[in-house]
Amino acid sequence: MSNIEQRTDICLRCPRGCEIHTVLNDKHEILKMEGNNCKLGPEYVKQEIEDPRRILPTSVRVRNGVRPLAPVWTPQAIPKAMLLELAAESRTIELDAPVHVGDIVLSNWKGLGIDLVASGEVASNT
Amino acid sequence: METTKQYDVIVIGGGPAGMAAAIKAYEEGKGKVLIIERNDSLGGILPQCIHNGFGAVNFDRDYPGPQYAYMYEKKLRSYDIEILLDTMVLEISAEKEVYAMNSAMGYLHLQSKAIVLAMGCRERTRSQIRLPGTRAAGIYTAGTAQRLVNIEGYMPGKRIVILGSGDIGMIMARRFTIEGAKVLSVLELQPFLTGLRRNYVQCLQDYGIPLHLSTTVNKIMGADRVEAIETIQVDEQYNPIEGSEEILECDTLVLSVGLIPENEISRKAGVKLDRRTNGPIVDSYMMTSIPGIFAAGNVTFVYDLVDYVSQAGELAGLNAARYARNERIDSQLGIRLKPGRNVGSVVPQKIMITKNDETGTSITLRPNALIEHRVTVELKYGDETVVSFKEQYARPAEMMFHKLKEKELARLEEIKSGELTAVIS
Repeated sequence: MSNIEQRTDICLRCPRGCEIHTVLNDKHEILKMEGNNCKLGPEYVKQEIEDPRRILPTSVRVRNGVRPLAPVWTPQAIPKAMLLELAAESRTIELDAPVHVGDIVLSNWKGLGIDLVASGEVASNT
Repeated sequence: METTKQYDVIVIGGGPAGMAAAIKAYEEGKGKVLIIERNDSLGGILPQCIHNGFGAVNFDRDYPGPQYAYMYEKKLRSYDIEILLDTMVLEISAEKEVYAMNSAMGYLHLQSKAIVLAMGCRERTRSQIRLPGTRAAGIYTAGTAQRLVNIEGYMPGKRIVILGSGDIGMIMARRFTIEGAKVLSVLELQPFLTGLRRNYVQCLQDYGIPLHLSTTVNKIMGADRVEAIETIQVDEQYNPIEGSEEILECDTLVLSVGLIPENEISRKAGVKLDRRTNGPIVDSYMMTSIPGIFAAGNVTFVYDLVDYVSQAGELAGLNAARYARNERIDSQLGIRLKPGRNVGSVVPQKIMITKNDETGTSITLRPNALIEHRVTVELKYGDETVVSFKEQYARPAEMMFHKLKEKELARLEEIKSGELTAVIS
């Protein structure tokens, strides 16, 4: 028998947060899985093994708005390792009011197909 | 003073519960609906909750807080619903009068047929948990820090310690890190995480922020500004363990130590409160002890998910509109519901017989014990189990829901009055 790896994940696909126990072989193939309550569980663990991704919610500066910030997020999850890099870049962005829900703030970041999108409204102060 | 204006439904509070209540009340009755909000915008806490995680239940999608609020606000504004912002409600009466004021209109005396209380909750503060140490600057509640960072655009500090592993505390730990601050540690007095485990993973673990269970703040140091925190571990009886002290040099302490429903005006009006939930006692229609006064959302019971707050708001709004139309909503009938073994609180506190009604058949309860295996939740009438369902586990951080089945409702209808006890085993 070759090396067997065991891992425990807390599924992030819904607020329920199932604790999933997985047994893998040395080719990272799933041999056994328990603890999930729906089919999203196996999908999540597979993604965590191959390419863990997360959504980044943050904010950017706004000029001439009724408020100084607009909330933004990546509607599609991005590689976990890039979260703080995109966060740092978003701190350099400044938009002009008005900002509307769905406005694209950064398009196709680094050519990776990652968009940063406004998730709130900021009216103009003029 | 203005002459008394008449309304069918007045909603107090423009957060998620209030907006859902106003929308539903309008859709149901097409009457005169007013929503009163003390802030300068609608949405309640949601505009500052810029993280995602809202809408999974009601929209089958994952939205950030501002966007979730925006969808409700857009709908609300598309209807002929009156909105008063920057307006403070001072008092309400059992006769459904509302006394309020704002800087443009002065003192207002309003009369309604029905009222929905949707004032939400407030954070527990430093004095409420008796934290020892100096009164230095740099101590914030998590929600206040969240408002500063996400709305006002100020960072409260650079080196931050968080007390309390509730959801807002963990979400703010991530938020500070994303904005370039260093979060040294999240401390939790309990031997277990008090927020959702998904937030432990995506807010702490992902960003390498340590969590220390059974640990609390022993001393705050610093004269003008926080300079350090002394932490201490506690035993099973929450007694400090001498010799376990540790100094963390930091400039900010953030408290995420619980929420309390805001019921000053409910209490003054004579609405009966539940000492466990700190909110009004409500029946299946979300009606309080005063006929025609309804309550919904975090003002009744602190929820985990906004989706359920919106649902409760809809239920209260719907029934407020029915009440305003003189439909019989009788809170004298019904079966009292009490928390028993391993149950902290349960809403509604009174089950109405609603077999022929599509609404008001849900039970929400919060466990007060951590049981990491399959549990059975029962509503017992003496020795008889009237309602029973299974859950994978019981955790104080996670509420449980049950929609009463037809068979269960039929049995409840036979029981008619009396008392049921909710137990988890």
